[in-house]
Amino acid sequence: MNQLRDLYQQLVLDHGRHPRNKHAMDECSDGAQCRHTEGYNPLCGDKLTLYAKVRDDVIEDLSFEGEGCAIFTASTSMLTEVLKGRKVSEIRGILDEFLGMLTSGEKEPDPEGLGKLAVFGGVKDFPARVKCATLPWRALEVILENVAEHEESSPAMPG
Amino acid sequence: MKNTVRNQEVVNRVVRWRDDFPVFADRDLVYLDSAASAQKPAVVLDAMREFDAHHYANIHRGVYRLSEDATARYEQARATVSRFLHAGSEREIIFTRGATEAVNLVAHSFARPRLGPGDEILVTHLEHHANIVPWQLICEQTGAGLKVAPVTDSGEVDLEAFASLLGPRTKLAAFAHVSNALGTINPVREMTALAHDHGVPVLVDGAQAVPHLPVDVQEIGCDFYVFSGHKLYGPTGIGALYGRREHLEAMPPYQGGGDMILSVTFEKTTYAPMPQKFEAGTPHITGAVGLAAAIDYLTGLGWSALTAHQQELQDHAEALLTSIPGLRLIGTALRRAGLFSFVMDGVHPHDIGTFLAAEHIAVRSGHHCAQPIMERFGVPATTRASLGLYNTREDLDTLHAALLRLKEFFDV
Repeated sequence: MNQLRDLYQQLVLDHGRHPRNKHAMDECSDGAQCRHTEGYNPLCGDKLTLYAKVRDDVIEDLSFEGEGCAIFTASTSMLTEVLKGRKVSEIRGILDEFLGMLTSGEKEPDPEGLGKLAVFGGVKDFPARVKCATLPWRALEVILENVAEHEESSPAMPG
Repeated sequence: MKNTVRNQEVVNRVVRWRDDFPVFADRDLVYLDSAASAQKPAVVLDAMREFDAHHYANIHRGVYRLSEDATARYEQARATVSRFLHAGSEREIIFTRGATEAVNLVAHSFARPRLGPGDEILVTHLEHHANIVPWQLICEQTGAGLKVAPVTDSGEVDLEAFASLLGPRTKLAAFAHVSNALGTINPVREMTALAHDHGVPVLVDGAQAVPHLPVDVQEIGCDFYVFSGHKLYGPTGIGALYGRREHLEAMPPYQGGGDMILSVTFEKTTYAPMPQKFEAGTPHITGAVGLAAAIDYLTGLGWSALTAHQQELQDHAEALLTSIPGLRLIGTALRRAGLFSFVMDGVHPHDIGTFLAAEHIAVRSGHHCAQPIMERFGVPATTRASLGLYNTREDLDTLHAALLRLKEFFDV
């Protein structure tokens, strides 16, 4: 039961039940780049469309549509909340840190670097659920690659 | 009083059955995922080990004693499968890697040569992907199309619609005996008769049926019947295809290789008669022996005892599950076997699966390789609790108590 509590912390349950920024994003008309990408987890049917509005080197807005389990929904919701308004270089660092926490098997969660995203550290003990938490971050990776192709951005800075 | 005595007898019997399965000896496990794969009794494991240790050689080749012995045991296994399905002859039984390979064999060797543009294969909405995708593949290759018979809101095949979809272009009908996602028992005899009225041959996917129902392919009247060993308390990598003799004799081989030929020259190869014609290469000999041991074990317990136990478990499970507020069964057909698919308000099936796993309860969460039927019921996934002969009423009580705790945990 304690392990379950680590997985489903109050913050996760809250975002799972009441996801933030869950809506489609209109096309951009004011010079910003608006991008979206889709993600799908065939194992459990998690479906996602992640939207991002990028201006210069800042992600001004993030939102999503999709249905899935509590871990997936909370991870996506918190991603949009925490990263909105941040610089692309900064986001790359957080993304590496987050994926490293769940997939490398080495790093301990770094509460300072990840802030409240460290709440997903417990997912590592549930290998079948790692993909639920990482799905929106993999989608974000795709969006950042697309952005990079369009801009002469410098290589990612370590977070 | 009499009832109490009988119930005690049932309990004692099931406890004895459960003791036949080593997996339960060393852990706290409520295993409710037998529809994905069943656990194996010691007699199956022992039979395979005994065969590998003392009777193993390649079959149909050596003139030495060991090979003759191995060949005899492999062919005995075929005879066991034949009796199990009530086939007309053991030559009508082809060993395959499982139900999936058996469907593919029929798709390639039987259906494909008969298909042209505009022809049709008829399936139902509740099929497993293994009884959808092989047909789609040959449809793409031939220009034929797939027709789908709808199911009702309770999860039963709409027989009128099924009948109306049969026509002169229908070259094959393929449907499950028991749905792996809903548990529905299809009226396969009636469906086969409907198809035959239109001259349409029939394949029945029996993967989920064989552990729960006595099967008689001649009574069903089907042309092909497929199943997998690992859902029948046997090993993985082995299964069987039953095919009517006249079909198997007329069909070209599925795969080429050794063991399926009479003679080979670079100009022309003559194929072995059935069933060897369809068993290219060295088969899973030990698997066949294990499968036969599983069938002997199951039939040794007796169908009347097995079905009585299963009915009791199903009634108990249904009463418990439907008493939980916010839980909805997906699939409420009158005739069901072996499993319960459900969703719960406010909790995703994947979260249910993880919660139950933490309580040592093994269930399946997902689309069960049957995405079309999930879509039909408007759910991305379900939680599925499926029953095996080793399950007890206590297992279901444990599931019920855990689901009540889950509702508290997720506050729904």
